[in-house]
Amino acid sequence: MTSRPNGEPLVRLSGVNKWFGELHVLQDIDLEIARGEVVVVIGPSGSGKSTLCRAINRLESIEKGEITIDGERLPDEGKELARLRADVGMVFQSFNLFAHKTILENVTLGPIKVRKRSKADAEKRARELLDRVGVGAQADKYPAQLSGGQQQRVAIARALAMDPKVMLFDEPTSALDPEMISEVLDVMVGLAAEGMTMIVVTHEMGFARKAANRVVFMDGGRVVESADPETFFSTPSSDRAKDFLSKILNH
Amino acid sequence: MQFLADNFDLLWDAFLTTLSLSLLAGLLALVLGTLLAAARVSPIPPLRGLASFYVETFRNTPLTVVFFFLIFGLPQIDFILGFYTGAVLSLGLYTAAFVCEAVRSGINSVSTGQAEASRAIGLTFGQSLREVVLPQAFRTVVPPLGNVFIAMVKNSSIAAGFATSELSSLLPRLVNADAGQLTAVLLGVVIAYMIITLPLAFGVHRLERRVAILR
Repeated sequence: MTSRPNGEPLVRLSGVNKWFGELHVLQDIDLEIARGEVVVVIGPSGSGKSTLCRAINRLESIEKGEITIDGERLPDEGKELARLRADVGMVFQSFNLFAHKTILENVTLGPIKVRKRSKADAEKRARELLDRVGVGAQADKYPAQLSGGQQQRVAIARALAMDPKVMLFDEPTSALDPEMISEVLDVMVGLAAEGMTMIVVTHEMGFARKAANRVVFMDGGRVVESADPETFFSTPSSDRAKDFLSKILNH
Repeated sequence: MQFLADNFDLLWDAFLTTLSLSLLAGLLALVLGTLLAAARVSPIPPLRGLASFYVETFRNTPLTVVFFFLIFGLPQIDFILGFYTGAVLSLGLYTAAFVCEAVRSGINSVSTGQAEASRAIGLTFGQSLREVVLPQAFRTVVPPLGNVFIAMVKNSSIAAGFATSELSSLLPRLVNADAGQLTAVLLGVVIAYMIITLPLAFGVHRLERRVAILR
């Protein structure tokens, strides 16, 4: 684990509020993520952690507050938003690989259509990334022919192909069989070690201990606690976090 | 049958008229219907409203009324379409509403995760629709679109009532010439329609099987 990096924040959320109808899912969220920092967001289901993650590339809109990425305010809609999203990698719980495209095409689509790279360049880079996440041999198959763990690693390669400034992971291992979880986590640990800025919503406490610079604990739409993993897991300050940890760790 | 052979030129011309009417109207309906479907799922509310208005207008108006409006109504405001052009436009504009609804149901059948993933890599709304959503939507849409186009070929017979010499217009014309040939004429016209619709149905079936493999 590296020490917490310094410098001006890459992602900044200030006074962020969101409602789903009556439900106040994000309440006055203030959060800053530094360049190169790995932040793990944990909390009980319904605590707003996935919504928070999705708000950062505006897959969820927010009603109040401001989110900036690398100093730029998140635009509302249109081409500007698309341009900004290209710099923010996202990995979903359900992989969401493009079902009608091969693994290689999944990874090259963004670079060709958004970054305007040549097909040859995009494919060369895609094969490197697929090799790196260990699925190079599957390049010509379709997503449905791969296991969940393989699909999720392709999804990571697809996000990396855009050379993102920050990677968002929305419960990346929650839909996986137990024996496939570690192959995905290994890739993520490797990314963290290389200095990628990451925001990871997960229930994998092992990953948080191993790779995170900071753990953010959410409950009821609020950030309840934010601390380095060592402090958070050994001496959580809030009762809510103590209660949550006692439930998930004492098995 | 000799009677049909004697009138082969007439039958052939009518057949070509029905065929070209169907092809042109079908092309118009496919393009316009797909654009309308894109508008109906777009993030821009006025565009959604406009497309919905179009679809509800044409879907709930009898085709004969659409023909009447375009061919006899528009000249009232000095906008004169020929009978044939009027027929192509009537049939195409009307069918576009049904194509739109078939394509829209296909778009809705593609999981939202596909659109989210394409937006997350920075594709614009249009790119995401073109590259990711529509190609998958068309797979589920092939069978219902087939129905829409087969119905359209048969609907082209309404043009007979508006001075276009297509297949159905031959029925009264040839039967008036020789009432004894009623059966032969009916048979000839029905077979001519089937020469268009059966390959269409077969093509749809083939296409359905080809695109269904990868799921």
